[in-house]
Amino acid sequence: MSAVDAAVRPRRNIELVLLILALIVGCGANAMTAINEGTQLGSDFWMETSILAAASLGLHISLRFRAKYADPLILPIVVTLNGLGLAMIHRLDTPQSDYGNAQARWTVVGMALAAIVIWFLKDHRMLRRFTYISLILSAVLLVLPLVPGITAGDINGAQVWVKFGSSTFQPGEVAKITIGIFFAGYLSTNRDLILLAGRRIGKLQLPRFRDLGPMIIAWLASIGILIFQHDLGMSILFFGIFISMIYVATSRASWAILGILLMFAGAMASSVIFPHIRLRIDGWLNAFDPNVFGRQYGGSYQIVQGLFGMANGGLIGTGIGQGRPDLVPFAHSDMIIAAFGEELGLVGLFAIVMLYALLVTRGMRAAIGARDAFGKLLACGLSAGIGLQCFVVIGGVTRLIPLTGLTTPFLAAGGSSLLANWIITALVLVISNAARRPVDTTPLAPDEAPTPETSSSAWGTSAPETALTQAVKQQ
Amino acid sequence: MNQAIRNAWVAMAVMFALILGSISYVQVVDADSLDANQWNNRAILQTFCQDRGAILVAGQPIVQSVPTGSETCKYQRQYLQPDLYAGLTGYYSDIFGSTGLEKSMNSTLTGTSDQLLLDRIKQLFLGQQPHGASVELTVDPAIQQLAYSLIPDGMRGSIVVTNPKTGAIIAMASKPSYDPNQIATHDQAAAQAAMTKLQGIPGINLNQSVSGPTGNLLAPGSVFKLVDTTAALASGKYNKDSVLPNPAQMQLPGSSATLPNYAGGNCYTQSQATFDFALEQSCNTPFASIALDLGQDAIGKQAAAYGFGQDAGDLLHLDYQSGVWPTNLDQAQLAQSAVGQFDTKASPLQIALMTDAIANGGVEMKPSLVKTVRGPDLRILDEPKPEVLRTSTTPAIAGQITQWMSEVVSNGIAKGAAVPGISVAGKTGTAELGTSGLNNSWFTGFAPADNPQVQVTVVMEGVDVLTGAKLTSPSASKIFEAVLKK
Repeated sequence: MSAVDAAVRPRRNIELVLLILALIVGCGANAMTAINEGTQLGSDFWMETSILAAASLGLHISLRFRAKYADPLILPIVVTLNGLGLAMIHRLDTPQSDYGNAQARWTVVGMALAAIVIWFLKDHRMLRRFTYISLILSAVLLVLPLVPGITAGDINGAQVWVKFGSSTFQPGEVAKITIGIFFAGYLSTNRDLILLAGRRIGKLQLPRFRDLGPMIIAWLASIGILIFQHDLGMSILFFGIFISMIYVATSRASWAILGILLMFAGAMASSVIFPHIRLRIDGWLNAFDPNVFGRQYGGSYQIVQGLFGMANGGLIGTGIGQGRPDLVPFAHSDMIIAAFGEELGLVGLFAIVMLYALLVTRGMRAAIGARDAFGKLLACGLSAGIGLQCFVVIGGVTRLIPLTGLTTPFLAAGGSSLLANWIITALVLVISNAARRPVDTTPLAPDEAPTPETSSSAWGTSAPETALTQAVKQQ
Repeated sequence: MNQAIRNAWVAMAVMFALILGSISYVQVVDADSLDANQWNNRAILQTFCQDRGAILVAGQPIVQSVPTGSETCKYQRQYLQPDLYAGLTGYYSDIFGSTGLEKSMNSTLTGTSDQLLLDRIKQLFLGQQPHGASVELTVDPAIQQLAYSLIPDGMRGSIVVTNPKTGAIIAMASKPSYDPNQIATHDQAAAQAAMTKLQGIPGINLNQSVSGPTGNLLAPGSVFKLVDTTAALASGKYNKDSVLPNPAQMQLPGSSATLPNYAGGNCYTQSQATFDFALEQSCNTPFASIALDLGQDAIGKQAAAYGFGQDAGDLLHLDYQSGVWPTNLDQAQLAQSAVGQFDTKASPLQIALMTDAIANGGVEMKPSLVKTVRGPDLRILDEPKPEVLRTSTTPAIAGQITQWMSEVVSNGIAKGAAVPGISVAGKTGTAELGTSGLNNSWFTGFAPADNPQVQVTVVMEGVDVLTGAKLTSPSASKIFEAVLKK
């Protein structure tokens, strides 16, 4: 272990090189759009390019100062995705709409928040103190869109927005984070209890009923989102994050199986009870039925148009700016994957999916490396959330599963989603910094008296000064 | 715990693999069937809304793409002088497809033809939108306008003006015509309504393969006697001095019906006739007797040599139907078919091509409509040279028939086609439409007879004899004069 740790280097220079590559991809896509549409590279392009580059470099510098051992792949991957999303949203803007500049503004806000998290969150374990505050915060955030006066009402069939000045905000996106913190805190504290108690039937260790409490609360919350906010995607996402975290906390397949069964039971029941869920499923199964295609609400027009676009793109795509993704309703948000499929083709979409897979993998790798249960659970839960979100969105667009209203992380237009995902990125970066930071395991020299901090750390986590001495030793 | 995280990662990897699989299914496996789906209008929109090349006449556009200002469909096809050229340009619609030059020259106009390969590569690297090539026609706008105005509104008729030496089409007009803008509009409801209305107009030239100068198969009447005459001279059994039987009416073999001579001329004055007299007065019985003598195959062979049942070459760029010489005829039917009745049919362009061959010493040139194709940078990509379509007869026979046709105009029943100071060769035809008393009235001819520069074929459908006489030969005269005295 110590041999491996000794070899760990900050890798910030590699991150810088990859970051420049990421900026070339993102801004290059933006430039190609303008060229393909026969327009000049206007002030919008230069503004977006300089903002993205400056903000990325700012984050990179923050990492150099505050989390120098953070995973070097995460930031470049996220910048690539965000840059591609900006280019596509910009490309889809009509003279009447300006989602591109709005997305650019939210990108800056998101990256600034990420920098603040990196700068001020020295140790992710500080968040564990906010376990129950996070629970309350999550509940408040989830209920906000239903409160009269604040709610933005029913938009496109879902009631998940609140008014935020002149624009709208989706508090559920931020609740992803707070609920992740709560689960990580709760499970890391109580996992021993959950693990040890309970009846055993054959190989299956059944949980005690009272230990099922959190699972039932999570399940009810998910069902609540579905009933009151009509948001199937967010409901699946919350419960999916919870299942992955409780599985990792307990290492028991029985919990995951139980959770998945509960999820299916909930989905089945709601498809019977709620007409809008039934329509969604009907639009998925019978997308090519003329009645379903032509149906005003809950029809399959959107998904079928998306499929036409992707088929039109084929293997290598039409080229960015040269397809007709504008024929697909909500191409800039829910259906942005179809727009990428059309213009970048199978090859481009595979690249994007692989970026997500790599991002999730790096997050999971940070979870494995983390030296505390809270960090492991948080990194794993947040990463699984991103992976699950990709699966639900891309699976929905390609008609693998019913289409839901989730956004594609970092790509799709939407301020709240972008902001939340940048904070998640920052948290995963902080945890990966803790995971990769070398631990001084060399025998102590006689003149070096052990500090109380290092000796009292049960997990052998290093205090900042040990990390510093280690870094100095390496140079 | 770490093992559980690894397992969770495996679950994630499975999800990503499923996504990659479903993307592959949509974009590769199922792509063809999605592309062909009835609701998928991407392919149409992709070419439909693109900047197509213009169609020009004498340097002026008659069809062009104009920006719409809309993001969803950037260009709209615009037809200038729409009714005048509709029969040539056709229309370009997203719901009805396209016809005419818009259809046949599509790859050139959209810029996807092989000639434009280099331009396409250049545009690809420069990231430009594809631009189509423009097509300039052989048509003379003044003659086209004249020909169009010589067909009265509300009547059905066609006029084909060509250069017999090159096959170039100088004018090709027909009525009733229409405004292609009404069909090419992006307002689909308006286009649908216009189409429904236009389809109710009989004889309208919406589809060049069944209507208008290139597709409307009509009984040719007496102009078909030029085929009989050629066949007779080619057989060797007849020469320029042959004397033909010319009874006032002929008992049709094996039938109680009779075939009378044309009542309006001087046929009744002679019971026997030479070719010049029979053609001048357009007597029926001499030609029926030639056909009965030579047999249907000999007539059919000569008809085919003039192009009946054949194609018109690759320079026309319009859907085309030539003509029909019926088969398995009994003697009575053969006699009638030989004078352009019964089931004998010809399109106006077919008759024009036959006359072209006679004017050009027996050699039929490919009718051609396109003068030049220019790339987006105005560089000439194609400039078709005149090409021989087929040899229809010998120069000697063509010369002989030319001489007789000149006499038809100078002494015979096509006097109306004469132009002072110019020798015109011509032949009229009057095909009876059942017992209605109405006819298809024809004139076909060329001028000057000794050095043909222009061929004119006129047909008016469903007119009485007097109206037909007024609207065919005199119209041809005006066109000869306009072309030759320019």
